[in-house]
Amino acid sequence: MRYLLSRLLTTALIVAGAMLLLFALTVLVPGDPAAALLGPQASPEYAARFVAEMGLDQPVHIRLWRFFTHVLTGDLGTDVVSGRKVSAAIGAVLPYTVVLTATSIGLAVLLGVPLGCLAATRPGSLTDNVLAGVSVALIAIPSFVIAILLLLVFSVWLDWLPVLGTGRGDDLADQARRLILPTVALSVGWVGYIARLVRTAMLEVLAEPYIRTARAYGLPRGTIVLKYALKNACIPPLAVLGLGIGRLLGGAVLVELVFSRPGLGRLVLDAINVRNYPVLQGAVLVVVLLFAGANLAVDLLYGAIDPRLRRRA
Amino acid sequence: MRRMLATPAGVLGALIVGAVLLAAQFAPWIAPYDPDALAVLDRFAGLSRAHLLGTDQLGRDLYSRLLHGATVAMGVSLTSIAIAALSGTALGILAASVPAAWERLILVAFDIIASFPSIVLALAVVAVFGPSNAHLVGIVAVTLVPQFGRVARAQVLTLRAVPFLEAERILGASPLRIMWSHVLPNIAGPLIVLASMEVPVVITIEAGLSFIGLGVRPPLASWGTLIYDGYSYLSDSTLPVLVASLALAAATLGFTLFGEALRDAVDPRAGRG
Repeated sequence: MRYLLSRLLTTALIVAGAMLLLFALTVLVPGDPAAALLGPQASPEYAARFVAEMGLDQPVHIRLWRFFTHVLTGDLGTDVVSGRKVSAAIGAVLPYTVVLTATSIGLAVLLGVPLGCLAATRPGSLTDNVLAGVSVALIAIPSFVIAILLLLVFSVWLDWLPVLGTGRGDDLADQARRLILPTVALSVGWVGYIARLVRTAMLEVLAEPYIRTARAYGLPRGTIVLKYALKNACIPPLAVLGLGIGRLLGGAVLVELVFSRPGLGRLVLDAINVRNYPVLQGAVLVVVLLFAGANLAVDLLYGAIDPRLRRRA
Repeated sequence: MRRMLATPAGVLGALIVGAVLLAAQFAPWIAPYDPDALAVLDRFAGLSRAHLLGTDQLGRDLYSRLLHGATVAMGVSLTSIAIAALSGTALGILAASVPAAWERLILVAFDIIASFPSIVLALAVVAVFGPSNAHLVGIVAVTLVPQFGRVARAQVLTLRAVPFLEAERILGASPLRIMWSHVLPNIAGPLIVLASMEVPVVITIEAGLSFIGLGVRPPLASWGTLIYDGYSYLSDSTLPVLVASLALAAATLGFTLFGEALRDAVDPRAGRG
């Protein structure tokens, strides 16, 4: 219970901190906020609408109060360019980013965990060394560079996969095909990372007395590794996955851009380019919420897998 | 040092790091061309003796631009990491020395900063204040502070009960003197390793932000802007984007290998983790 409370409190603090920062940006911006946030090309009536919309003519504490109460009721403000609700604009593109992130994490776990187990059961072997080398390379190279290289090889040179955009709305197979390269680009770094973490954790767990006991009972090796060791070896990678979701979302922004996919990344960049601050603010806030939520979920899962943690916190 | 170069990966890392540092420091002297010199007739030139790595959409020499890009990447990453390392270490030592309630406060602040999706928040800051190297350095430095702070604190705590510090205290050395000339040298190792492991991370952030036009401003050559230029003219020539992407990939890989070799050399127990 205490564990749950402390995790909830941390999550709330993170979200509140992000909101405060986003709000502070509108206050700290040098010069006339409307001019700075909208750029010099904004027409006077457009600027006036923006000032009214953001409540920029009000004192700071009232604006802060309004901002927090509006966000808490799910009102992210109005898009100053199109007049749409910001929440609607975000809702329209959010599924693309969530799907891409989810498939990437899925692929990373699906490949990373078995590879890590494979390496851990044969430490020092050729397989282990090759996997270690490949892992470092995959971790080190930025995902948007991998995205560009994949784009070059598979669609420009080989012409195997269509890449740009998400495909037609009614054609699921086409959508899935266009998801392949972005998913691979975003996940390969995590495949390497998870493989390495699982390998290290697995080696540690395999040296534990209870594994020796299981071996002494004559249980098959596969059962020992997959049934007894894996559960404990999954804890360190799981912890990293929580923090990783933040980096993954950051990477998704760039990967979406490379493959011309709609999504939060595209939305944020367009908002920056036309200086649409309410949309930018809303989109960043949604990313923070997603991230904080994912972290909370991982922390709770972590507590469920490892009861020792719940007691310690 | 010898232990660092014991593996092929360590040697490769050290070579790449050396090359990037040389390029960053001496770009204006090594580069055969002015990185911004236009030669429109020569646009999208292939590999040749005149243009080792070809030219971009405006006929600028890619090799020269890559060399100058190293200056930008190293400038941003080394400055921000230095700032983060100094302030993080100071905060970490402070956290280990103040009463428990204050220590908790600092640690919670570290937790919160560390769990922000920093790149996305960086986007918001850059969007409001405009792209510039100084903003980039500032944001990156703030997001890295907690990592240095945590390591510094943990290291100081392990030193707390060590006999030679006890002796210093009894001899009447001031806390500042103990910190400066006894604790700091003893905790420097892991902090330097951490700093070197952060270099490829910062290079990636700088290149990523420059790639979307929110990092350094054109015509300044950053690896990210080079990749973006190449990407925009993909249908004309695949060479520029390929060259720039591979260069960035090689640099981040080199710094990662270097950092890991350094870590293994400083603490052989850490192994591949």
